[in-house]
Amino acid sequence: MQFWRKPLDADKIKVPHGEIHIVRDRCKGCGFCVEYCPKDVLVLSEEFNTKGYHPPEAVKADDCVHCQLCEMLCPEFAIFVTLKDEESVEA
Amino acid sequence: MATKNNNVPEHPMERLLRMDRIPHIWCPTCGIGTAVSCFISAIDKFKHPHEKIAVVSGIGCTGRVAGYIKLDSFHTTHGRAIPFATGLKLANPDLKVVVFSGDGDLISIGGNHFIHAARRNTDITVVCVNNFIYAMTGGQCAPTTPLTANSSTTPYGNHERPFNLPLLASSCGAVYVARWTSLHIRRLTNSMHEALNKPGFSFVEVVAPCSTLYARRNRLGTGLDLLKFYHDSSEICHGADPTELDIAFQDKIKVGKFIDRERPTFIDAWNDNMKKKFGDKFDPYGEKKAKKAA
Repeated sequence: MQFWRKPLDADKIKVPHGEIHIVRDRCKGCGFCVEYCPKDVLVLSEEFNTKGYHPPEAVKADDCVHCQLCEMLCPEFAIFVTLKDEESVEA
Repeated sequence: MATKNNNVPEHPMERLLRMDRIPHIWCPTCGIGTAVSCFISAIDKFKHPHEKIAVVSGIGCTGRVAGYIKLDSFHTTHGRAIPFATGLKLANPDLKVVVFSGDGDLISIGGNHFIHAARRNTDITVVCVNNFIYAMTGGQCAPTTPLTANSSTTPYGNHERPFNLPLLASSCGAVYVARWTSLHIRRLTNSMHEALNKPGFSFVEVVAPCSTLYARRNRLGTGLDLLKFYHDSSEICHGADPTELDIAFQDKIKVGKFIDRERPTFIDAWNDNMKKKFGDKFDPYGEKKAKKAA
């Protein structure tokens, strides 16, 4: 993340990083997670799952900030995020 | 976190889902799954032992929720979720009873039970997923279908005035009334959590997309297009007058927490009345077990 100066609360705030887990065969390809990911981490893949849908894949997995929006929005319980690490804010 | 084979961690919601029944029957881009995710998150936040929570559903797409949630749950006959829940609550006042059902089930065939449970202020939480149509039976016109909307029984557009659910609940005496769409996941989760904590009849309406029937018959695209529509046209109006909360076809949807008030619950009112009549001779109902436990 880029800042024009060091944020005043930089010593308190840590930027979390998430690890995305996709249960591919449970996905029905609705695209909610792809549409609403605030960091545009996900895209619908070209591949099919066993049901014939296109599950999402994480193309920019390093950008995930563990907001868990995809996990909450997914109607199929097919995607979830675990906290990988937290990074200190640097200017 | 529990791990399965290949060291892939388990989905955090699997603890409260009957995984032998997943994948569920809901169509791609249906909003009910999201409402269930929010409900599971609210149950996680709700500090109440899970064995003391019961979920009751009626018939319909949303009626399947009771079958998917790994809590004590019951799938009742059509429209009778609230009477079943009332009985459950009165027979076992320690239970936290949640009714999770659809608009067709709760408001149409179960409408009478709904208004009387709200009038008596029975201590139950009602989550109503409103998809504007009878989805499981083939897209018939429901009492929530907006004016001019197409359904399989109104091919030339609906001419019946729909129910305004927050107004119905608040005018009948519900103590907590909120409405969110299935896109407002965090606010919906908070609202469900507040409703669970509220003693009395609490009502949360969830506006959810039905892609296969409502959206297809009205040429509104997929559920994803409807979520985008909710994003653009929902307006948060906390404390708004419930009479102004009608939903017109593809028009602004007012969401928010509308009612949060205090009224004695059904059991409290009964105990107060009997105490006045019989004084110390009366053993208040529902407090016996709590005393025994203490």
